[in-house]
Amino acid sequence: MKVLVPVKRVIDYNVKVRVKADGSGVDLANVKMSMNPFDEIAVEEAIRLKEKGVATEVVVVSIGVKQSQETLRTALAMGADRAILIEAAADVHTDIEPLAVAKLLAGVVKEEAPGIVLAGKQAIDNDMNATGQMLAALLGWSQATFASELAVEGDKATVTREVDGGLQTISVALPAVVTVDLRLNEPRYASLPNIMKAKSKPLATKTPADYGVDVSPRLTVVKTTEPAGRKAGVKVGSVDELIAKLKDEAGVI
Amino acid sequence: MQFGLNEEQQMIVATTRAFVENELFPHEMEVERTGHLRMDLVREIQKKAIEAGLYAANMPSDVGGAGLDTLSWLLYERELGRANYALHWTCVARPSNILLAGTDEQRQKYLYPCIRGEKWDCLAMTEPGAGSDLRGMTASARREGTDWVLNGTKHFISHADIADFAIVFMASGEEETPRGRKKLITAFFVDKGTPGFTVREGYRNVSHRGYTNAVLEFDNCRLPESAILGEVHKGFEVANTWLGATRLQVAATCLGRADRALQHAIRYAAERRQFGQQIGKFQGVSFKLADMAMELKAAELLTWEAAWRFDQGSVTEADMSMAKLKATEVLAMIADEAIQIHGGMGLMDDLPLERIWRDARVERIWEGTSEIQRHIISRQLLREHGA
Repeated sequence: MKVLVPVKRVIDYNVKVRVKADGSGVDLANVKMSMNPFDEIAVEEAIRLKEKGVATEVVVVSIGVKQSQETLRTALAMGADRAILIEAAADVHTDIEPLAVAKLLAGVVKEEAPGIVLAGKQAIDNDMNATGQMLAALLGWSQATFASELAVEGDKATVTREVDGGLQTISVALPAVVTVDLRLNEPRYASLPNIMKAKSKPLATKTPADYGVDVSPRLTVVKTTEPAGRKAGVKVGSVDELIAKLKDEAGVI
Repeated sequence: MQFGLNEEQQMIVATTRAFVENELFPHEMEVERTGHLRMDLVREIQKKAIEAGLYAANMPSDVGGAGLDTLSWLLYERELGRANYALHWTCVARPSNILLAGTDEQRQKYLYPCIRGEKWDCLAMTEPGAGSDLRGMTASARREGTDWVLNGTKHFISHADIADFAIVFMASGEEETPRGRKKLITAFFVDKGTPGFTVREGYRNVSHRGYTNAVLEFDNCRLPESAILGEVHKGFEVANTWLGATRLQVAATCLGRADRALQHAIRYAAERRQFGQQIGKFQGVSFKLADMAMELKAAELLTWEAAWRFDQGSVTEADMSMAKLKATEVLAMIADEAIQIHGGMGLMDDLPLERIWRDARVERIWEGTSEIQRHIISRQLLREHGA
């Protein structure tokens, strides 16, 4: 069984995000970019499926600017076998919307015929949390989102989902789209020998036109604002005063 | 010459930095405060380093290393250099390149076990009476039949306490040269436990807590001819051939620590408020930061250029000395100024600055003092003019 893992190049989670002066989005010029952390977990899980003998090949795909190649190389260095880059934007500030991404992925799925698509539950840049679900709908496949455990057996996958207030375990028929959550695994380090090997692994470059998909935006960003700065705290004189403030002003007790 | 890092180099940096931050940083305080690195901790981290392919990555790929070019290797060294020295050297060891000079039999016995993490090596040259003037060594090797008999004392021998064997340089004779009589040097492998070979605890010192030095004593220590590394009387040739880039290694580890100190200083200057504003807005602080960043970049460029020349085969002794000299002196400056920007807090061991400052001191001394480096640089300048 082949596993397909979509990976997105996003602003590194350690970077302090700055909004562009015109409010059109986040400034990405000369900013450190990395693989979306949830996608890294998906890549790790796919490699583990291969190590267990469940998967035969791990294919990673990225949609975006040319530099997404670096993200794909990281996935190859972790242990993925092959990569596909769909060059869909020229400017690093162009974000391809979930529906266009899902349509492109559906095109890749038709070509590659994977038994399972393992995706991050969302990208940490725009937090859409929609691509996996849309892809499953477009394909007419089963879906299991927010996976914190995954077991594949025969033509079924058992997935433990992280839902509000607890866990839910479901069984889905394969092929399926599974989106992964934070606690599924701890991604490995891309080992030095694998980094050196990554260069010789195949990386195919495609365009949205190859899949007949229009990636022009359907959403308009009206405004982007930074979170409100934290206000200075106050010192309280006694426990009674603290309790009164928590009750009356903060309303938390 | 191109200045950007390629994809592989970026990934090497990313992996090594993540490893250093996740696996080494959390244990620094323990090592710094106890002055001791627990062997169970070493084994735990070593296992992870081997899995990540970081262990002995300085070695060529045909012997089990990562097969990195010199620049990539130094980028890896810079990242490791951010952490406590004992932790990164012991848990993510880089066996000495000189082990590559061994015969097949010596490689089996020493090189491969070091690369697999089963043995540690150490190098012994320095003596109480022979520091910068290595040819002044008095510890000697004397031929007796087919054997060699070693006598004398070596000191300041780094991590000899945990090493399984030492590569020891001994005066094995003398020769007449146009500039007078010169000692001939031979290198030997000496296993721990060889009769007549004793390793004694060394000195407590200011830099690199947990990273020990030892005194090696040889008292009629008898070795077979097969213990010689390289050829008889050719110890310096072996060292010069295989240890050439160690100055760049020192430079690179210093760059890592200097960057760590600089990043602390920048963050603190942007956060700390005095007299109603961030202290970074005072010129007295901001100009320091500008100078620190500029000097660090200068040191980096010298080091990366020397690395690039090393792979081109055009590196000179002066290139490597300049990189080592600049990087070690910039580290000292940055560590000192980072503490100045932090004020009293910079001296507390809750931050890594006081130890970076202490650790910086040895860097201007080992692998050739700053004065020896200046001598090497100026000698190259003057030699072609006949001076």
